[in-house]
Amino acid sequence: MTKRSPEKKIRKAPFVAIFIFLVFGAIGISLGEPSRVLEQATQICLSCIGIG
Amino acid sequence: MEFVRKWVQALFFLLTNGYWNFPVTKGIYQGPLKVICSPGLNCYSCPAATSYCPLGALQQLLGGIRLALENGQFFVGFYVIGAMGAIGSFVGRMICGWACPFGLFQELLNKIPSVTFSIWRPLRFIKYGLLLFMVVLLPLFAVDEFGLGSTWFCKYICPAGTLEAGLPLLILQSSLRSAIGLLFYNKLFILIAFTVWSVFTSRPFCRTACPLGAFYGLFSKIKLVKLRLAPEKCNNCQACHSVCPMGVHFNESPDDMDCITCLACSKACKTNAISLEIGGMPLPGQAQPCRPAKTARVHHQ
Repeated sequence: MTKRSPEKKIRKAPFVAIFIFLVFGAIGISLGEPSRVLEQATQICLSCIGIG
Repeated sequence: MEFVRKWVQALFFLLTNGYWNFPVTKGIYQGPLKVICSPGLNCYSCPAATSYCPLGALQQLLGGIRLALENGQFFVGFYVIGAMGAIGSFVGRMICGWACPFGLFQELLNKIPSVTFSIWRPLRFIKYGLLLFMVVLLPLFAVDEFGLGSTWFCKYICPAGTLEAGLPLLILQSSLRSAIGLLFYNKLFILIAFTVWSVFTSRPFCRTACPLGAFYGLFSKIKLVKLRLAPEKCNNCQACHSVCPMGVHFNESPDDMDCITCLACSKACKTNAISLEIGGMPLPGQAQPCRPAKTARVHHQ
């Protein structure tokens, strides 16, 4: 019986993880988070940069 | 490969900081591209920034979570965590080595000829504490009378924010100079400390204090693109130890959470024991790992 070399196995874990986080992102988009992120990112956050 | 990496770093620096009209507008970019996640540490209050910083956005969302929920908005960070997680699952800390502007800044400083110092290894764990407390727990639970949390890491520590946003905005907008206080001097001190440290030590901020690197490091075992070690080829010459900019001993811990996949070890390895793989498959043109099982069987027969 021949065993398949472990080096040739495709790892599934990264694809599963990428898929899960893409679903997270899609949920965020459906909730309207990008508009909130955009709103924050287009304003100067003074406390963030240590001023004010 | 090092030459290619430098060009990729420069490209990402320009892509994430591509708004060069800021000397005229004296403000920051406010266009639609800022809905895109910057893979590396790049302050979105930087006048040239064209994308959002995942750490800053996450702290803002977590800090405002109560107010958002009260208003019926479920802004709990799915979008930002989704982007960070997808990047982490794909390449992990390879972002630090190939796409982070602040990583590039430290690398350039380290090229200044000087004596070199290593970093006491337990210091590397500080960044995980910063990720947990300054990026997640404090913005979430340390709230003011209005139920708003603060961006603790950005506000008190982030040297990238001081370098890329604080200092340029002070130069561009004279009205801001009157607002300088202890908070700014604290952050300026941290920036200067890491700047000086970077001359004598390779990537000190990445290794000790970057929460974004800490987050990406959590994916070291499962990320799609990673380096692999062929232990049967390794003769323990420790060439990979001396060239690693992150102080990783690759042949001892191939899945080290601090590996930034810069490929310096792969180049230094004389026995081709280190190669790049994508999803378990070796990259074309890379050294093929040995197959010990087959060889061992032959010897036993």
